Parts: sequence; C-alpha cells; structure tokens
Amino acid sequence: MAIVFEKPHALTDAVLHYCPGCPHGIIHRLVAEAIDSLGIEGDTIGVAPVGCAVMAYDYFACDMIEAAHGRAPATATGIKRCRPDSVVFTYQGDGDLASIGMAETVHAAARNENITIIFVNNAIYGMTGGQMAPTSLPGQVTQTSPYGRDVNHCGWPIKVCELLSTLEGPEYVARVAVNNVKNVKAAGKAIRKAFQNQVEKKGFSLVEVVSACPTNWGMTPQKALEWVESDMLPYYPLGVYKDRSAAKEAEEK
Amino acid sequence: MAERVLMKGNEAIAEAAIRAGCRHYFGYPITPQTEVAAYMAKKMPKIGGVFLQAESEIASINMVYGAAAAGMRVMTSSSSPGISLKSEGLSYIAGSDVPAFVVNVQRGGPGLGGIQPSQSDYFQATKGGGHGDYRMIVLAPASVQEMASLTIKGFNLADKYLMTAMILADGTIGQMMEPITFEEAAIETYDKPWALTGTKMGRKHNIVSSLYLKSDELERKNFERYERYKVVEENEVMYEQYMMEDAEICVAAFGIASRVAKNAVAQARREGVKVGLIRPITLWPFPKAVLRQAADQVKSFVCVELNMGQMIEDVRLATECRRPVSLCNRTGGMIPSPEQVLSSIREAQKGVN
Amino acid sequence: MKTTQILIAGFGGQGILFAGKFLAYKGLLEDLQVSWLPSYGPEMRGGTANCNVILSEESVGSPIITNPDVLIAMNLPSLQKYVDAVVPGGQIYVDATLIGEKVGRDDVAVFYIPATQMANEAGVPTLANMVMMGHVLKNHPELTFEGTEETVAKLVPPQKAQLVELNMKALQAGRDYQ
Repeated sequence: MAIVFEKPHALTDAVLHYCPGCPHGIIHRLVAEAIDSLGIEGDTIGVAPVGCAVMAYDYFACDMIEAAHGRAPATATGIKRCRPDSVVFTYQGDGDLASIGMAETVHAAARNENITIIFVNNAIYGMTGGQMAPTSLPGQVTQTSPYGRDVNHCGWPIKVCELLSTLEGPEYVARVAVNNVKNVKAAGKAIRKAFQNQVEKKGFSLVEVVSACPTNWGMTPQKALEWVESDMLPYYPLGVYKDRSAAKEAEEK
Repeated sequence: MAERVLMKGNEAIAEAAIRAGCRHYFGYPITPQTEVAAYMAKKMPKIGGVFLQAESEIASINMVYGAAAAGMRVMTSSSSPGISLKSEGLSYIAGSDVPAFVVNVQRGGPGLGGIQPSQSDYFQATKGGGHGDYRMIVLAPASVQEMASLTIKGFNLADKYLMTAMILADGTIGQMMEPITFEEAAIETYDKPWALTGTKMGRKHNIVSSLYLKSDELERKNFERYERYKVVEENEVMYEQYMMEDAEICVAAFGIASRVAKNAVAQARREGVKVGLIRPITLWPFPKAVLRQAADQVKSFVCVELNMGQMIEDVRLATECRRPVSLCNRTGGMIPSPEQVLSSIREAQKGVN
Repeated sequence: MKTTQILIAGFGGQGILFAGKFLAYKGLLEDLQVSWLPSYGPEMRGGTANCNVILSEESVGSPIITNPDVLIAMNLPSLQKYVDAVVPGGQIYVDATLIGEKVGRDDVAVFYIPATQMANEAGVPTLANMVMMGHVLKNHPELTFEGTEETVAKLVPPQKAQLVELNMKALQAGRDYQ
C-alpha cells in the first residue's frame, strides 16, 4: 500500500497534551517538516519555553532543553556559541517571549544570534489558565482583564515583528498565521526559511505565528479561527517585516 | 618550577579557568569582579574561546545553562546583587543536573549595598539563593593562589558531581595582588553522555530539563540528587588548621576574615593565649567533623565574619552547641582589624579561665 | 626586617597604585612575600586613592594595613588621615611640594621630598610618585636599587617602552635627593 501521509520523522510518538482544537499541534508539525526537509534533525537542538509548549521536549525527536521562563533565547545563545555547527531553535509563547523574556528576545535579535525562534502568539497565557498576555487585544476579556483590556490602565499590546524589524540585527522577521489552509502553507514556508537561514549562517530569524486558544478564549475551535481572522489579523498584519538577504538582492538588481 | 608572577585575584580566577579548559564565558559588568570579564574578553578570542557580554545577569546565567547542557566547561562571574539575579538560573542548573562554575566576588548588601568587600552572601551561597532543594559546592579562597587552585578544583568538582561549584570570594581577594605560580592544571575529564550534541541520528534524543510534573518522580529525583550530595559531603570537605594542637580557644573564619584572624591568633600566641584557627575552605560541604572534634578540645569558639553572623550558625550546629561561640564581625564593606579579633580572643579567654 | 607594611596615599591620578605595584614587583624580584591591595571604587574618578603594600620574609597574613611602618603621603588630606596610624619608629615620606605642613611627631623618621617640583624639573611632571619611590629605595637597603629597571619594565606595557627611561629618571632623582 502506498503511504500518502505520515508523521514527520522529527516528531516523536508521544501523544500531544494540547487541548482539542489547539493549533500548537499544527505548528509543531510545521517545525518538524522544516527539520525533515532540510535533513538537520541529527544536528538540531531545541529549546522549550515555559508556557503551554513547556513539554515540547517530549515531542521533538532532536536533542531538547527546557529553559527558564523567558530565557530561551539566552539558553539558545549559550548552546549555539558552544556548538556553532548545530541548528538551535526556540519555541516560545507570547508571555514567555514578549513579556518576561523581552530583554532576551531583543538582545538576541540585536546580536543577530544565528538561531531560529518560533514565536506563537495566541494573545493569552494558556498554561496558567487564561490571563492577559502582552499581546492580548484592546478590550479582550481574560481572567486578569475581566472587563476587557483597558489600554489606559495596562497599556497596548506589543507588536513583536514591527518592533524587532526596527533593529539592524535580525536577518529575518515574519508574521504568519495558521487559521486556514492557505495560511498554514505560507507559515510552513516561512518556518522552513527561518531554519534555512540558520543553516546558511545568515543569522537571527524569527517567525511569529498568530495562533488561537479556543479553551481560554471560551470559543469553539471553529469560532476561534474565525476570531483570528476578524480580530487578530487586523491588529497583527501578516507579512515579511524584515528580510536582509532579500533586500540586499533586490538592491543589487 | 613555574615562574612566580604578581596577579590580581580576579585575574587569577580567569587565567585558572582557561587553564582548566573553560572556553566559554558569559557575564555582565559589576564591581568588584569586572577584571574577570575584562581578562576573558582579552584572552578568549585569541584561544578560540567565546567571551560574550550578555544583556543582564539573568541572560548570562541562562547562557551558562545552555552551554553547560551542551557539555562545555563554562563559567560566569558576578558580585552580590548580580548573583541574586543569577539565582533563578542556578536553581534550574541544579534541577537539570548540569555542571557549572560561578564566581561571586562579594560586596556589601542588602540591596545595591556598597562595593567594598563583604561575606554577607554566605547564607545565599550555602543554603541556596534560588528556589527548591539544592546545594552548590562553595569554595572560599583566602589568597590569590587559592583563587586559582580552587577554580581548577571547582571545574573538576562540577563535572564530577554534575552541580554548580561556586567560588565565594570578596572584594579584597578579588582586587589584591599576590605572587602566584601556575603549575600544570590537573584537568579531570568525565564523560557527558547526557549532553546536547545533536543526536546525529544515532541515538534517542537527550533532554535536559528540571520539569517533573509527577510528584513521586520529582521526589525521587530529589532523593537521588541528595544521595549524590552525600557523597560530596563525605569526600570533598576542605579546611585548614592553624595552631590548633594545644588550643583552648578556636577561631573560625573563612576567606579574607581568616587572613585577619591569623594575624590575631599569632599575636595572641605571643601573649601566651592558647588559640588556634580553623578555616573552612569548602563552605558547603561544611567541615562539620573537624569542628565537632575541636569542641571536645577547646573551651570556646570565636567566629570572625564580614557579615552580621552567618557562618556562626553552622559552627554552632557543627559543635552541637557544646561550647560558647562568640561573634567578631564587621559588615557593610568594613573589615575587622587584627586588634578587634585579638580583643574577642581575649574576651573568650576570660571565659576559659 | 621581617615584615614591612607600606601605605601610599594621595589623589586619584597621582599614580598611587602604580607606585605600589612598583614596590610589590620589586619585592617579588627580591624573593620576598608580597601583597598589594588597592582602594577601589569612586577613587578611580579623581577622589583619594590609597594602596597597601606588604613586603615580608614570611607569608603575608592580612593584606589590610591598619598601622603602617611606612607612610607615603602625596597630598595633605592623606597625611592628616594616616599620620597618627604610623607605628612608633616608622617612616613618613611627604611630598613637600604639595604639603606645606610639618609632621608633628617625634617618634618617627620624616622625609620631606619636593617630589612634584623635582619631577617637573626633571621633565617628567607626571612621575612625582616615582621620585618618592626612589627616595624610599634609598632608605630601604633590603630593596636594592639593583634590578629597578627590570621591575619598571614589567610594569610598563611593551608599546610604551619609552616610559621605562622616564621612570628611571624620576627614580634616580628621588634616590639622589639629599
């Protein structure tokens, strides 16, 4: 019988613990497909965050380390500087990357640290049960913004791609989404590029994946994906925010 | 024999670390330990090593965590407020059982405190500044030569027992210069099958983690870890005894305080007072046995510290409170004079007679 | 002599720590045990600076000096601060260009050297510290003048080798001062 569909090699057989309808499974798969297609599993070292993806070390078949909350880019830096020929990636949520770990994120980008960051933005703290995230939208109701996020009280959501693209450092900064097939395909391409860049020693590559959290948003999976389209994407427009090599090539033409 | 050279304590640590095979240093500037970073910044690029100034102490200890997990001899150094920031990482490093080497050149606290020498991080170092059940091997050099020898020892012990070895020095020993000779460093090598090297598609993936969501599993991990700590306590205690043979009073002091105390002990001996000194070199594991033994011999203890009385608690525990232990201390960056220690010894002598 | 405790004090920028290093290296060359302890901190930015040097035939205990055998005072505040700490029978060296006052003790030997003026006259205006060191060597036969050039060479970075000669000039001026 011909095999028409199989699990990527870079994923283990462990059963994912994520909630029903959670896109983390899709994003894990996209990362694993990128690793497979580049043939780099044996050289890859992944850094898991604190957050819903805390146990990502059980799911990826490459060597893995579990970092302290927000410190994944620093831990990745330590590994990469020791083993420059390995492929080092972090997989982080919005609280981990854009709140407690903002300094580590910005400085790894500023150093053009040759690592790959997969940043999953679902506008909420999932693991701890649905608190306001640095990327929660204005007016968004969460456990710690029960009357809706009041920007006069707790400020505005942070647009990570826009912010990082103001730096000289990073090689590649892009925002993708996984709310429909077309966007998933584009996300897979961006993630692959982010790994490819590292292999080619081009430097810091970050892909922000706009995702959903049906459980903590209090929506059905279907409704959550619709909310991504109607509410998230207008605030977090998709696109490539920085691509140094492409810009250079265009200039040379 | 190797040449005698003059060197600052901080530089001696850096040079010794390189000789111990350390090729990765991650740090953040803070007085009075900056010479360590400066030395590394100069040397590392020339020997194929890595010096990286991180964005914070927090980032630097997590870089150390990553590099240690990758199987490298790696270090960071800081001073008291910086070590507080690193404590999170130290807890993760302990919980993940990876070897690291950390230097604390102490200054006065709490808070921003001052920049003058202090020993007020004794509790933090020996009882664990970070969260959870864990220990670090804590080495307390009292000379520039020991800054170097204990650094080499620290790297070996860290690899041997898969834990953090910390040099607990102070601003004085960090800043002072003394003659030092570098003998060939005895580097012990240990296999690191757990290291993150990439699977090379030849083995199951390695996972470095401190997360155990199942309580019984976490408990078992902690029990296992403490079994290992027990071996450290049995085998790695280091101390120095000075004029203890016929002593009736025992002065206990470590690091720079022991240097001052030694002067006072020598002077007291000239005055006919039978006094000796026990200097713990490892603060953890603490030299309990020798102090317990001393409690059968001497009538009184004097603890000399640059803090409000921290090691004194361990001295009382070790001696099972069998003899009075008095405190001779200065703090905030001040250092007791030999005369102050001498008068504490004389005071203790009154109790003896 | 078994142990000599030397305290050098003055303004930041007067080469206080350098002078201390010179004595420490000189002691090292004479096979003595030595320690050198600088004051550190805001002094680097122009306040007062001091430096503790201990030279000993046996191993050095505390590197911190409370009662120096020798005080080298390069400015008035330093002299006032430490004059009473010097042990009876000790020595005090005073830069007489910068310090107009006389030492009010008769149980110590005091040497008044117009070091800053001498350094200016010798064309090495930044080396009053080494003029003082030259005079210290003169009064401490255990620290022979021999090997001085070698000691200075150890202290000066190779790319500034011309400084060796200038330092020697200052040291000699101090040694020859009557």
